[in-house]
Amino acid sequence: MHAYALSVLVWLPIGAGLIVLALGDQRIVAARWVALGASLVTFALTFPLVAGFNGASAAFQFVEHVSWISRFDAYYALGVDGISLPLVVLTAFMTVPVVIAGWTVIQTRPAQYFAAFLIMEGLMIGVFSSLDALLFYFFWEAMLIPMFLIIGIWGGPRRVYATLKFFLYTFLGSVFMLVALIYLYVKSGHYSIAAFQALPLTLLEQRWIFIAFLLAFAVKVPMWPVHTWLPDAHVEAPTGGSVILAAIMLKMGGYGFLRFSLPIAPDASRELDWLMISLSLIAVVYIGFVALVQQDMKKLIAYSSIAHMGFVTLGAFIAYDIVTNTGSLQGAAMGLDGAMVQMVSHGLVSGALFLCVGVMYDRLHSREISAYGGVVNTMPVFAAFMVLFGLANSGLPGTSGFVGEFLVILASFKANFWYAFLAGTTLILGAAYTLYLVKRVIFGPVTNEGVASLKDLNGREALVLTMLGLAVLALGLWPAPLLDMMRASIHHLVDQAVATKLPV
Amino acid sequence: MLEPTLTWTSLAPAIPEIYLAVAVCVVLLVEAFTGDKRRGLADSLTLVVLLVGALVTAVYAHVVVRTTLFHGLYVADELGYVLKLAGFLIVAVTLIYSRAYLDQRDILRGEYDVLGLTALLGIFVLISANSLITVYMGVELLALSVYALIAFDRESGVAAEAAMKYFVLSAIASGALLYGMSIIYGMTGTLDLDVVAARTSAGYASLGVIFGLVFIVVAVAFKLGAVPFHMWLPDVYHGAPTSVTLFISTVPQLAYFSLAFRLLAHGLSGVTVEWTQMLVPLAVLTLIIGNVVAIAQSNLKRMLAYSTIANVGFILLGFVAGTPAGYSAALYYTLVYILVALGSFGVILLASRHGFEADALEDYKGLYARDPLLAVIMLALMFSTAGVPPFIGFWAKLRIIQELWATQHDILVVFAAAASVVGAFYYLRVVKLMYFDAPAADIPNTVRHAGARVTLALNAAVVLALGLFPASLLDLCARILH
Repeated sequence: MHAYALSVLVWLPIGAGLIVLALGDQRIVAARWVALGASLVTFALTFPLVAGFNGASAAFQFVEHVSWISRFDAYYALGVDGISLPLVVLTAFMTVPVVIAGWTVIQTRPAQYFAAFLIMEGLMIGVFSSLDALLFYFFWEAMLIPMFLIIGIWGGPRRVYATLKFFLYTFLGSVFMLVALIYLYVKSGHYSIAAFQALPLTLLEQRWIFIAFLLAFAVKVPMWPVHTWLPDAHVEAPTGGSVILAAIMLKMGGYGFLRFSLPIAPDASRELDWLMISLSLIAVVYIGFVALVQQDMKKLIAYSSIAHMGFVTLGAFIAYDIVTNTGSLQGAAMGLDGAMVQMVSHGLVSGALFLCVGVMYDRLHSREISAYGGVVNTMPVFAAFMVLFGLANSGLPGTSGFVGEFLVILASFKANFWYAFLAGTTLILGAAYTLYLVKRVIFGPVTNEGVASLKDLNGREALVLTMLGLAVLALGLWPAPLLDMMRASIHHLVDQAVATKLPV
Repeated sequence: MLEPTLTWTSLAPAIPEIYLAVAVCVVLLVEAFTGDKRRGLADSLTLVVLLVGALVTAVYAHVVVRTTLFHGLYVADELGYVLKLAGFLIVAVTLIYSRAYLDQRDILRGEYDVLGLTALLGIFVLISANSLITVYMGVELLALSVYALIAFDRESGVAAEAAMKYFVLSAIASGALLYGMSIIYGMTGTLDLDVVAARTSAGYASLGVIFGLVFIVVAVAFKLGAVPFHMWLPDVYHGAPTSVTLFISTVPQLAYFSLAFRLLAHGLSGVTVEWTQMLVPLAVLTLIIGNVVAIAQSNLKRMLAYSTIANVGFILLGFVAGTPAGYSAALYYTLVYILVALGSFGVILLASRHGFEADALEDYKGLYARDPLLAVIMLALMFSTAGVPPFIGFWAKLRIIQELWATQHDILVVFAAAASVVGAFYYLRVVKLMYFDAPAADIPNTVRHAGARVTLALNAAVVLALGLFPASLLDLCARILH
């Protein structure tokens, strides 16, 4: 039954996307229902995967292995472990609210809008489940095409600039990753990621490979100083585009560090961990301050995303200091656990916040914070959701935002007090910029006629936000199932990361 | 070398050329007797001739083992077989795309088809050349046909100017080629490329051979359009009627690949180190100039001309690797480039109308709203040339980078990667115009010729299908150049 489970998850949305495209704008009602049905079925199909997943094993599960290009020894190889499965589920989950949120809001070329998101869903699941580097890159790059079109066609006034910047930035980074992957192929004769992980490499080789990977993943995460595409892309993208961008695409960078950088170039990772930690802390602290002064809601959430993703890279790369200081692999695993939980949590929270902004934007067609104020008076239900997600974004215990940040900060203490201190500022900064946003937008007296005329959530919007709200609370109150799912894989990853791959 | 006496069976490998030479005469006669009465008859006949030619080649001219004919002047091998088959099919596709365009401009005449066929004959001669003389014959037959094709629209001043430029510059390049060949002949005492190869690798690689090599490299670079011998290319692509631009940007690439392969990789394999060193700066300059200057273009034909130059840079990098695997990467790149160029110029042909060339980038604003099919096809082709999966262009760039890594050309790898990012910008701009901008008001409708549209859609489908399942074409290219 599980033989083709992952292939179905990849190709079902893509196939449905093509059907939606064929139905076209003339039969938009049918197209919408096909899109919703496909996204729901895809999400439902992840349940047996989660149920059948053996969390005690670090091995890849539900593996498919078919020859693709025999002359390069490249395979159509899919499989998930404890690191990729949560992200696959997250991808399948987040596409559902995106489809619902765009239901009647998108007026121009709606069929293509839904098709683009479905196709992208398939490609993103492909990225997370590829066991072959060539296949991974194939999905990784192909995904840029629908996103390029989404921002460019349905985006805001400066959409062309934003989408070109987005595409060229990511393309530049990715090309160097490709160069590194090809080098590893030439060296090993295979394209399988496992073969790359097992290949002994000199420190010099590892350094260059690490830097090539860093270019690709740092742009995607994004890390300071290559983050500048993100605020532009988020501000101009339509709501659905922002949600997918924040919830899933940024995770690909984090996933890349865990799947490629750490296991393939462990010695270089150890050597360059200071760089990664510095960049992560700059993202947490400096970008946190930047977020504080934003006037545009989407921009603020975009900067907050960068700061939160700083925890992911921090959690991944403090492992070396922890092992050096305490000799405890357990501590290193805690940082990586935190990184993973933070990824999933940020996917839910930032996606939800962008949906909230979308709800307001659909009504008043402004993203300026100053255009709002006192929304709670006219939209009480919406305000409750916005406050919930705002608190989750600032890491309130009981929400998913708390778990990841807490684990990473706890692990940082074992590495270095000052890391933990600087990372801890996020509790202040994150609360400051998020609550300041909530205060200005939601609370206070009604500031203008626009706000006075607002209508509260309709059923569709309430459904979407409820889904996300429940997920945020569930993960915050009971993260154990997620942690259990990842445990063995994270331990395996720590083993790989602290082992040396230098040739003897 | 033992060679069998000429019989019908031993001539079999040369059937494509013989068939084509006869077909040229037939088409010419048909045009002479019916041209004014039944316009388009010769064109349809040529299409049939080409498809039958492909069939005949596939059935009779398949050679597995390399054989030489006509006292070593002519070589038949699997490379030649595949390239000739491709040649027939590509010219057939160009005719399908061009028909409406030629008809609207009143130049749908049999002479056009005859010139296309003689150019193809020249290409075939070049593909199978095994002697310096045959190489030169092929080059000239191709070039003379192309000069006439470019000037074919005699009402057009820019076309005449383009033809003149090409003629003068190409003559200089031919001169360089002949000069280089004469020196190689002087140093090795033979015109036969097999013997040249044997003698240059057996210690004849003197300064004299290298002196001759320089001129040959210049001629090859000129034909391919490598910087700094590229100046003719944008003007010719721009000035020629679009149907001719389509022709010269596609089929002759097969010949130029063969030119480089037969002369440099085979005949002068003894001095591979020397000519790869010469190609490195050419390739680097070509990548820079091609990609950077393309950004500044406002005319789509000129932009695609510079894009061609940039692609030539990649093809040259395949040769720089200097190994059979590198040549097969260059061949793969050439075939991929042709496939995509066919489609791109095909879109321009279908977007143009009488009195409206549809060659300015502005003319493509909002193409999606006017003609979604053409826009989707162009989208696929542009992303393919930019090297973005799932389209075939990705594999072409991958192959080149693979071979450069395998031969330790580390810096060139980084360079090629960076160049492809610069290139992505101007391909994306075309997509931006088609999809993100609103159409201008007074643009005539696109051509709704069913045959051409179906062919174009198939062309794009192949670009996608071979991108998803690249193994077959990769294997083919590797096998015929092992």
